[in-house]
Amino acid sequence: MGLQPYGVCPRFPHKPPEMFDFLAYSPKIAIISDTGAHYTYGQLQAAVDVLKPFFRKGELAFCLCTNTPACIMGYLALLESGVATVLVDARKNRDLLQGLLDIYHPNWVWGPIGAGFGEIFRQMEDYALYAYSSQQHRIHPDVALLLTTSGSTGSPKLVKLTAGNIRSNAEAIAQYLGIDASEKPVTTLPMYYSFGLSIINSHLLKGATILLTDKTIAQREFWDFMQEHKATSISGVPYTYEMLKRLHFFRMSLPHLKTMTQAGGKMPADLAREYIDFAAANGQRFFIMYGQTEATARMSYLPWEYARDKYASIGVAIPGGRFSLRDDHDREILAPDTEGELVFEGPGVCMGYAEGPEDLSRGDENHGILHTGDIARFDTDGFFYITGRMKRFVKIWGNRCNLDTVEQLVHTVTSHCACVGTDDKITVFVTENGLSGSIISLLAEKTGLNARAFEIRIVDAIPRNPSGKIQYADLQALL
Amino acid sequence: MSNAEKFDAVFMDALQITKEQLPGLTYQSIPAWDSVGHMSLVAALEDAFDIMLDTDDIIDLSSYEKGKELLKKYAVEL
Repeated sequence: MGLQPYGVCPRFPHKPPEMFDFLAYSPKIAIISDTGAHYTYGQLQAAVDVLKPFFRKGELAFCLCTNTPACIMGYLALLESGVATVLVDARKNRDLLQGLLDIYHPNWVWGPIGAGFGEIFRQMEDYALYAYSSQQHRIHPDVALLLTTSGSTGSPKLVKLTAGNIRSNAEAIAQYLGIDASEKPVTTLPMYYSFGLSIINSHLLKGATILLTDKTIAQREFWDFMQEHKATSISGVPYTYEMLKRLHFFRMSLPHLKTMTQAGGKMPADLAREYIDFAAANGQRFFIMYGQTEATARMSYLPWEYARDKYASIGVAIPGGRFSLRDDHDREILAPDTEGELVFEGPGVCMGYAEGPEDLSRGDENHGILHTGDIARFDTDGFFYITGRMKRFVKIWGNRCNLDTVEQLVHTVTSHCACVGTDDKITVFVTENGLSGSIISLLAEKTGLNARAFEIRIVDAIPRNPSGKIQYADLQALL
Repeated sequence: MSNAEKFDAVFMDALQITKEQLPGLTYQSIPAWDSVGHMSLVAALEDAFDIMLDTDDIIDLSSYEKGKELLKKYAVEL
């Protein structure tokens, strides 16, 4: 049998696969919300069927996300209708959201009642379908979903995903985690965030029951909810696991919890080790994973049977994916323990970016290959390790933050500034005294991150090379 | 500094707010008191009063007033 080029099927005309087969699980509970309401898969499908007639392929929608049943119903209806849908945080600063709306002019906004985005065509629970704009769009037919790259800065840069991206990534995740209809994940991450969305998609695909809440692990309501409904899995970014430790997680009695997953940044190796040991002692599994929104969500996972030996590793590529390392001349590195840029190939790799409405008409530009911008090596057993980063971004509590964008924001206060950072901390170097308060409050407001993410340091001068380029490495060395 | 003053100072410092904002302040009512702010607040309270809060108390610390009530359990008189 000869190999077919990717995406070409000779016997059947092109038809995107149905995303979810809800009717196969019709009487099963799909969602339990923190208000106590239950929804079967049949009810989810019925809600989707009510909303679908409003939508036409070729339209653009914004889905203002909360972890609520109504939000998910709208998201599913939009996805099934082939409407290109931008997922954003419903609690996003209104000015930042308006900025995005002014750029993209969506036809529809699916958002909380009372948000006031125009004439309401339909209500469902606490959500409303707003007719926002009559703009005619030119959208490539494969564009299904658009996700923000940094949940917070209000940048118009969006990752374009196809239905095939979403489906294949959800399928791969379900496969390596062994997700089946008996699973009950509790949500700890927002659904506009690719990691949070991947948990919803991979579980809906397999007929599991999602315990849906926006409550955080710092709230009693969260713990009462997950215990009452016997959550079987929990997910988090490294900071989630730091918080859980402070909450004395290792002393809690959670007999139904079987699986913990971690992504969204590199977890300190000693902390990872603690969780792995704890899980092993309690008949649970702890998964270290790695991904980017540009690959829909997931690119790798550390198989549980190797967790104790390889706890500093991001593991191996997900089913259907492949990692390779490239040297400075883009040649593949074949020797173990040699650093190079991590490149991922797989069906989850996005079509490309949109920075404005004109980019929505462009087709696939990546052809299944993603240059991650991370530096990595692999060991003799083929496990990969992230060792550094090529691009100017850091992860703040799981949110990707571009240091150049932050620096641009600081420029509105002072032009003598430079930003460097490590995970969970951005340091702004300035040359003037007395600006700390105004810079920090500006950054917290504009990025939506807690003010604790930012630190201001005073230096005599911002180091520059003869051509005027800021010497970030010199500043990084001061941290 | 009295314990009551110390308690206020911890809140004001951890959440970067003024004394006037304290009465009635609840979790997530201001951007600074999110889960990140919550954990800094817990750490600061533990340091200031040399105590170790139980899980139940960390997740019940849902307002400024509730915090005062919780500290009584740790024999801190406010």
